[in-house]
Amino acid sequence: MQYQSNIEPLFSKLGWLGLITFAVLTLIVVPWMYLFIPDGGAFHISSYTVTLIGKIMCYCIVAVAMNLIWGYAGILSLGQGLFFALGGYSFGMYLMRQIGQDGQYQSDLPDFMVFLDWKEYPLHWLGTDSFLWAIVLVVLVPGVLAFVFGYFAFRSRIKGVYFSIITQALTYAFMLLFFRNETGFGGNNGFTDFKRILGYSLTDPTMRAALFGLSAFFLLLVLVLSRVLIKSKFGRILTAIRDSESRLMFCGYDPIRFKLFIWTLSAIICGIAGALYVPQVGIINPSEMSPANSIEIAVWVAVGGRGTILGPVIGAAAVNGAKSFFTQAFPEYWLFFLGLLFILVTLCLPFGIVGLFSKLKNKFKKIES
Amino acid sequence: MQETLGMKDSIRKNTLGSVARRGVDTSHGPILYLDDISVSFDGFKALNALSLTVDAGELRCIIGPNGAGKTTMMDVITGKTKPDSGTVFFGQTLDLSRMNEPQIASAGIGRKFQKPTVFENHTVFENLELAMQYDKRVWVSLFAKRKKSQIKKITETMEIIDLVNQAGRLAGLLSHGQKQWLEIGMLLMQEPKLLLLDEPVAGMTDDETAKTAKLFKSLAGERSLVVVEHDMEFVAEIASTVTVLHEGAVLAEGRMEDVQSNDRVIEVYLGR
Repeated sequence: MQYQSNIEPLFSKLGWLGLITFAVLTLIVVPWMYLFIPDGGAFHISSYTVTLIGKIMCYCIVAVAMNLIWGYAGILSLGQGLFFALGGYSFGMYLMRQIGQDGQYQSDLPDFMVFLDWKEYPLHWLGTDSFLWAIVLVVLVPGVLAFVFGYFAFRSRIKGVYFSIITQALTYAFMLLFFRNETGFGGNNGFTDFKRILGYSLTDPTMRAALFGLSAFFLLLVLVLSRVLIKSKFGRILTAIRDSESRLMFCGYDPIRFKLFIWTLSAIICGIAGALYVPQVGIINPSEMSPANSIEIAVWVAVGGRGTILGPVIGAAAVNGAKSFFTQAFPEYWLFFLGLLFILVTLCLPFGIVGLFSKLKNKFKKIES
Repeated sequence: MQETLGMKDSIRKNTLGSVARRGVDTSHGPILYLDDISVSFDGFKALNALSLTVDAGELRCIIGPNGAGKTTMMDVITGKTKPDSGTVFFGQTLDLSRMNEPQIASAGIGRKFQKPTVFENHTVFENLELAMQYDKRVWVSLFAKRKKSQIKKITETMEIIDLVNQAGRLAGLLSHGQKQWLEIGMLLMQEPKLLLLDEPVAGMTDDETAKTAKLFKSLAGERSLVVVEHDMEFVAEIASTVTVLHEGAVLAEGRMEDVQSNDRVIEVYLGR
C-alpha cells in the first residue's frame, strides 16, 4: 500500500529537473555570460543585473526561512528582517575592517568612529578583522538572539497575533538601538563604502560573480534542506503544531522544543542571507530593521504561497522584480501597489501563486476527463 | 474487528492486576488519586474540594449536569489547569500538579477531547504515527525512519478503529464519528495506562456507539478508563462504577442502579 512506503522521493522528477536547471543557470551560465561575453555582446549580462539577481536570491533565502516557521509551523514572525539585518551587520563589521586606511580620514578606525572622536575599537568589535570570526558571528548573533527570545516567548505560550506583535516590537527596538551612535554601528548611516573581502576588491567582476554564485548555492541548499525537514517526521510534527498544538501536547510532545528549533534555524538562515546581501548591495543601515521590511517578507511568502516548497521563492522573486520596476517607473506608487497586492492575494489567492497554478492544473485535468 | 477484540479480551484476562509500566506504581490499587482539589476561575468555583480515586484497570464513568466540573477535572489531571489547592497523584509516586502536559502524556495518561481533535491535514496513518509511543524528542524526529514493526502496529490499530480503508485519507475529510474513532485510535497508539475520554460517543450512530462500548469494555482491565458521557444508555452499558459530579464536588458514587435511584442525583441531574 502507498502509505506504507518508507522512502518517499525528496522531489518529483520535474522538481529535480527544475533544481538542476536552476543550478546550471546560476552557477555556470550566468557567471560565464557576465565574465566572458564582452560588454556590448548580444548575450552579455551587466553588473547591475548580476547584482540585482544576486540581491533577489538573498531575499528568496529569507522567504524560504520565513516559510519554514510561518508556512509549516504556523508561527507568523514579523521580525525576520531583524535577523537578516543582524547577519548583515555581523559581516559588515568585517567589511569595515577590510577598508583599512582607505577611508576618508585614512585612519585605522572606520570613518564614523573617527567622526565620533573614538580612539580605538569598542569591545564588541573585538576579533572582527578575522574573516572566520565574522562567519561565526553571522550564525551566532541571530541564532543566540532567536534562541533566547524564542525560549521565553514559547515558554510563556505566546502565540498567534501576540507573537507577531512582539516580534515587530523586537525589530523596532533594535532599529532604535542601532540608530544611536553610541551603539557603535555607524548610527543611521550604518556601514557603507566597503572595499574588499579577503583582500580582493568588491568591484572586481570575479568577486561579483563569486558572491552571485554563493547566493545561488545557498538558495539551493536552503531549498533542499527545508524539503528534507518537511518530509521528515519532524516536518509532520511541525504541521501538527500549526493545526492543533494542544492535541500534540497531549500526545506527549513538547511543542516548545520543536518551535524553538525551527525558529532558531530560520533566524540563522536569515542571518546568512543578510551576510550575502550586504557585500552585494554595498550598504547596511538600521532601516533594514524597520517593521515594514519584516512585514514585506511575510507578503512575499503569502504572494508565492505559504506552506509550499516553491511558493516563497516565486513570491520573493515576483514581488521584488515588481518592486525594482515600480520604484524606477512610478516610485511614489510602490507602497500602494504592495498593499493592493497583499489584499488581492489574501482575498482571491489564499494559497498564493502556486495555489493558483495547482487550481488551474486541476481544472485542465477535469476538462480533459 | 471481532477477532481483534477477542484477542484484546484474552490479553486483558492474562494481565489483569499486573504491575503498570513506566514508573506508574499501582501496587496499592488506585491509579489516580484526586484529593481535596479546588479550582476557581474569577471567583467561580469550578472544582470545590473534589476527591476521587480510580482503581487500576477500572472503567469509571463520570456524569453530571453542565458546569459540574467534569472537563475542568480532566484539565487538572492532564496538566492543562493547575489546581489552586489539593493533590493529584498518578499511581503512588507521580505528582501530576508538578508536571506539564507532555510529561503527563508521556507518563501514561491519554486524553480525548470533547470536540474530536485530530490533525486534519495529516492522513489517518500519519495521525496514528504521530501519536505512537516512542521517543518524542526533536533530534529523534529529524532522523526517524518507519520500521516494519511500527507499520504493523499502526495497521492493527486501524483495524480496531475500522479505518484501514481510509489509511491514506486526510483526517479532515472523515465523518464526525470516524474522527472520534481516530482520536480513540491515537490514544491507543500512546499505550496509556489511563485513558480520559470526554464524551466519546457524541455524534455517533447507534451502531458506532455499540462498537465503542464493546471496545471500551475490552480495554478495561489492561488499562484504566475514565469516561465522561451524557448518553445514559451508553453509561449503563459500560460502567461498573459511576461518579456523579455536581457543583465541583462528588455528589454520589456507586453502581449505576444505586446512583440512578439516589434522590439527590435525580433532583439535580436525572430529573424525575
